[in-house]
Amino acid sequence: MLLELERVNRSYVGTAGTVRAVTDVSLQVDSGQFIAVCGPSGCGKSTLMLMAGGLLRPDSGEVRVCGQNPYHMSPDARALFRGQSIGFVFQQFHLVPYLSVIDNVLAPSLAVDLPDAHERALQLLKRFGMQHRLNHVPGELSSGERQRTALARALLNRPKLVLADEPTGNLDPDNAVAVLDFLQQYSDEGGAVLLVTHDAAAAGRAHHIVRMSEGRAEVQELLTSPA
Amino acid sequence: MNIWRLVFREIRHRRLNFFLGMLSVAIAVASVIAADVLLSGDRAATAEILNQKQETVEKAVAARQEAVNKAGAELQDIMRKTMRELGFNILILPEDQDLSELHLNGTLSKTMPEEYVAKLAATSIVTVNHLLPSVTKRIQWPEKDMEIILFGTRGEVPIMHSSEKKPLLDAVAPGTMVVGHQIHTRLGLKKGDRLTLLGREFTVATLHPERGSSDDVTVWIDLAQAQELLGLQNLIHAILALECECAGDRITQIRSEISRILPGTQIIERYSQALTRAEARGKAKVVAEKALEDEKAAGAITLKEEQEGRRAIEMRHEQFAAVLVPLAILAASLWVALLAFGNARQRTSEIGILRAIGLRAGQIQTAFLTRAACIGLFGAVCGALPGIAVGRMLSTSSIEGGQAAMQTGSFTVLVLVMVLAPLLSIVASWLPAMAVSRMDPALILQSE
Repeated sequence: MLLELERVNRSYVGTAGTVRAVTDVSLQVDSGQFIAVCGPSGCGKSTLMLMAGGLLRPDSGEVRVCGQNPYHMSPDARALFRGQSIGFVFQQFHLVPYLSVIDNVLAPSLAVDLPDAHERALQLLKRFGMQHRLNHVPGELSSGERQRTALARALLNRPKLVLADEPTGNLDPDNAVAVLDFLQQYSDEGGAVLLVTHDAAAAGRAHHIVRMSEGRAEVQELLTSPA
Repeated sequence: MNIWRLVFREIRHRRLNFFLGMLSVAIAVASVIAADVLLSGDRAATAEILNQKQETVEKAVAARQEAVNKAGAELQDIMRKTMRELGFNILILPEDQDLSELHLNGTLSKTMPEEYVAKLAATSIVTVNHLLPSVTKRIQWPEKDMEIILFGTRGEVPIMHSSEKKPLLDAVAPGTMVVGHQIHTRLGLKKGDRLTLLGREFTVATLHPERGSSDDVTVWIDLAQAQELLGLQNLIHAILALECECAGDRITQIRSEISRILPGTQIIERYSQALTRAEARGKAKVVAEKALEDEKAAGAITLKEEQEGRRAIEMRHEQFAAVLVPLAILAASLWVALLAFGNARQRTSEIGILRAIGLRAGQIQTAFLTRAACIGLFGAVCGALPGIAVGRMLSTSSIEGGQAAMQTGSFTVLVLVMVLAPLLSIVASWLPAMAVSRMDPALILQSE
C-alpha cells in the first residue's frame, strides 16, 4: 500500500476554541489508484492531504507512505522523504516567482539527486505543452500554464504518490480538463493520486471518492476499478 | 539547478532589497577604509612633517655649527698670528705727548732719550719680551712730491735678563728702506730700486702688501739714519714693548713697573688690528655658540610642538574613527538584518513550497546566508574605492597632500574588510535565516 491513513485526528486551537479538522479518518491508496476526497470548504480535506503528505503531524492515528511513517523521521529526513516519494500540486500553484519554468520544474532536484533531472524536466514540459515557455517566469504565464508547470514539478522525481489540492480551482474548464487528464494518465501509468476537490466533475475522474463532512470521511464510493 | 542559481535569480528578482543591503554595507566599509586611510595618512604626514622639520633644524644647527667652527678657526688663526707676530703690545711715550696727535695723525712730536731703551732692557722687568725704539714723523718727500710717514727703527732690543728670543720684527738695514703699499704702487717701485729721500740714497729692500692702515703710506728706514734726517739724534718718540704679558689686569702692574724705571713716561695699550679682530671674532664665536645653543633649543621646541600638534590631530581623527566606524558597522548590521527579515517575510510562500518538495532547513538557510554573504562581499567591493577616495580627501583637506595623499590604507585592513563584511552580513542575517528555515511548511501552505 502506498498511502495508509489509520484513524488520524487533527484539531486546531484558535481564539474561538478547539476545532476538530479531521476525526478518525482512515484511508488507503495503492499504486495506480486515483482517489478523490470531496467535501465542502472547511470539511478538513486539505488538512487530510497535508497529513498524508508528511507536512502536518496528526494529533493521533498513523500515517504510512510507502510503508514508512514520515512522522517518525527527523524534519530533514522527512523533507528528503517527501522529495523522493511525494509530488504536490496546489490550487495556488506555489511556483517560485523568480525562477523560470524550467528552473521551477527542476527545483525538487535541489533536494534529491537526479542525474537526468534536466532531460526529465524537458520531457515533462514537452508532455504538458510547455516547451515554448521554458525561460518564462510564472508572472508571464497563464493560470493553466502555471498549473501545468506545477504538475511537471510534482512529477520530476518520479514520485509514487501525487497529492493534488484543488488543482483545478483556479483554472478555466479547458485547462481543468487538461490537468485532470494528466492526473488520470499518471495513475493509469501506475502512480497513486490523491485529489482533494470540492468540484464534483473533477472528483468524477477518480476511481474512488471519499466524501468528507465536518472532519469525518462519511462515504467511500467506487466509481471505476483501477487498471 | 543549484543553490547558487536560486540565490542569484532571487537577487536579480529583488534587486532593491539587495541593493539597499549592499549600499549599507558599502557605506560601512567605506567608513572603515576611509578611517584607515585617514589614520595612515596621519601617520605618513606626521613622519613626513617631522622629518622635514628635523631636516630643517639639523640644517640650521649645522649652519650655526659651521659659523661657530669658522669663528673658532678664525679666532684661533688670528690669535696664533697675533701671538707669533705681534704679541700684546704696549707703547711707552713721553709723558707730555698728546695722544690725540697719535690717534689723529699716526705720528708723535714729543721725544725721550734713546738710552731709555737700554735702561729698560737692563732691568729685570718680566712682563715684556721685546723692545722696539722708534722715531716717526709725517714729512713731505721732496724728491717724490708726496707726503709720507717716515718711521725709523733699529730693530728689537732684547731684554737682558731673559733668554735670547727670536726677534719678532727684523730691523731695517742702514741704506735700505721698506715701503708701504700705497707709496710703492703709486711710484711703481720694485725691490732693488734706488731712491733718494731727503737727499740720502736708499735701496728698496721690501715692498709691503696692502694693510689698510697708515702703514700703507709709511717708509721704514734705519733708526740712526731717521734720527739724522729728522734732526733727532739720540732721541726717540716711542718704545713699543712687544709680547707684553699684560692681558687683563696685569696692565696696571706693568704700568707701575715701567713708571718706576722710566719716570716721565706714559704707557698706553696698543691694540693691534689683529687683536681687535681677534676680540671681535672671539665675541662672534661666543655669539655664534650662543646662536647654536639657541638654534638647538628652538629646534627641539619646534619638533616637540610639531609632534604634539600632530599627535593632537591624530587623536582627534582616532576619536572620530572610534565613533564613526562602530556606528557605521552597527547601523549597517541592523539595516542588513532588517532587510533580511523583510526578505524572509516576502519569501514565506516560496520557502513553504521548497520545504514541501523536499528542501531541508539547512539548504534554505544556506540560500539565505549565501545571499547575505553576497550583500557583504559586493558591498565591501563597492565601498572600498569610495572609502579610499574619502579617506584621501579628508587626509589632504587636513594635512595638505604630501605622503598623506598617497595612502591607500593598510592592505591587511582591506583584506580583513573583504572577509569580515560578508561574515558580518551573514551574522546579521542569521536570525531571519534561522527563522525562515524553521517555519512549518504546512502552516505556510494552509495560510495561502
